[in-house]
Amino acid sequence: MATFNLQINGKNQQVDVAPDTPMLWVLRDHIKLVGTKYGCGVSMCGACTIHLDGEAVRSCQTTVSAAEGKSITTIEGLSEKGDHPVQKAWLEMDVAQCGYCQAGQIMSAAALLERNPNPSDQEIETAMNGNICRCGTYTRIKQAVKTAAANSQS
Amino acid sequence: MIPSEFEYYRAGSVDEALQLLNEKGPDAKILAGGHSLLPAMKLRFNNPGALIDIGGIPDLSYIREENGYLVIGACATHAQIATSSVLASAIPMISETAGIIGDVQVRNKGTIGGSIAHADPAADWPAALLAADAEVVIAGASGTRTVPVNDFFQGLFTTDLNESELITEIRIPKPSSETRSTYIKFEQPASRFAIVGCAAMVTRNNGSCENVKVAFTGVSAIPFRDHQLEQELEGKVPDESNLDAACEIAAKSVDIMGDHFASQDYRRHLAKVFAKRALKTVTG
Ligand SMILES: Cc1cc2nc3c(=O)[nH]c(=O)nc-3n(C[C@H](O)[C@H](O)[C@H](O)COP(=O)(O)OP(=O)(O)OC[C@H]3O[C@@H](n4cnc5c(N)ncnc54)[C@H](O)[C@@H]3O)c2cc1C
Ligand code: FES
Ligand code: FES
Repeated sequence: MATFNLQINGKNQQVDVAPDTPMLWVLRDHIKLVGTKYGCGVSMCGACTIHLDGEAVRSCQTTVSAAEGKSITTIEGLSEKGDHPVQKAWLEMDVAQCGYCQAGQIMSAAALLERNPNPSDQEIETAMNGNICRCGTYTRIKQAVKTAAANSQS
Repeated sequence: MIPSEFEYYRAGSVDEALQLLNEKGPDAKILAGGHSLLPAMKLRFNNPGALIDIGGIPDLSYIREENGYLVIGACATHAQIATSSVLASAIPMISETAGIIGDVQVRNKGTIGGSIAHADPAADWPAALLAADAEVVIAGASGTRTVPVNDFFQGLFTTDLNESELITEIRIPKPSSETRSTYIKFEQPASRFAIVGCAAMVTRNNGSCENVKVAFTGVSAIPFRDHQLEQELEGKVPDESNLDAACEIAAKSVDIMGDHFASQDYRRHLAKVFAKRALKTVTG
């Protein structure tokens, strides 16, 4: 066990965990931020996607040691009131079906729009292809990313 | 999806990592981006007793030009490499390779050192690094040594690296401004690993091809330079018929892998098609 000082969603959080603990478990079991989902645990699905210094990474494969000192953002911290342009577009397009993959999808989409505010179809596909949706909401995801991009431009 | 028990150490320097490797013996493994090793441990394909995390070592992820070489620190991520302007202008094939590995999240964490140490037969880096004549800098208890990439890959998940060593740097001779290069692959649609990946690099002198280098990954258990194909094109002014003739003998003298994704025959066919596409791109 060791003590880690983490910057999560703009707040300092102290956790006492083994240094190899995946961030996914730190978030869900220790800090009780359960918006980030456990899909496969082996880097295959993207449900656990969070941001480390603004970059999309898989929290099931990122140790707490590797996240210390970085700014960590989870779905809960994307916006205060759930009104990030990506979240609004997701509602507008009614993207979710069962919803399980959607926190990860939204985090990937938000990271994409942060570095590329007006992505092409191809760029959306490339940026989102690490996130699997068992319900097959891919076409709505793509539309929603475009909607979010358009709404942010106007 | 829980791996079996292991000890975890976070090294603060290359020396400390080497010392830990030495202390913990053959049961210890280096951890870099964790995107091959951790899934393998969770799936119980691999059960090291100790992990030595080198991800926190400062300055192992640089990318710079130095005395005619492009040098890349072992912990540089695929994403860093894909977006490096130094590499994009000097050797676009390297940026292209980094940019099509896995997906965004994999590229943000996976490292070049981790990929070549892992030596997955379907990994992308080996073909590009072979075509670029890269060298691998390896640190061990008795100092550092530099190995040409050609001698580095020795078999399925097997390299020249021994258990007490680690990779610190990849060195790529900077190509001349007359040199063009590319890397393309036919990917496995779920993992995006290469079923067949082909890197080509050609220098033109008054229209004719010089220093033709063609390398494949995914085709056989060991990534390889296809010297027969290269010879066929060397010194020639490329046209449709001599490109076809050269690509017809692609992967001719290697043992081709066959699996449920692609049979041996299909892989051989893909090798020809991807060699032709890559060579057309760099000579067109
Ligand atoms: C979903 C998914 C898709 C992927 N798709 C692709 C793809 O399309 N193409 C592709 O090429 N790869 C792909 N990968 C693999 C990815 O590129 C890995 O990141 C890479 O192979 C390993 O790098 P790492 O830094 O994560 O290494 P780790 O997983 O940390 O380590 C891998 C191995 O290398 C050793 N090691 C690591 N660094 C060093 C070092 N500096 N010196 C000595 N030994 C070291 C470790 O001990 C371990 O044995 C994919 C991975 C995933 C999870
Ligand atoms: S839970 Fe992390 S990728 Fe599936
Ligand atoms: S909405 Fe059900 S898995 Fe994506």
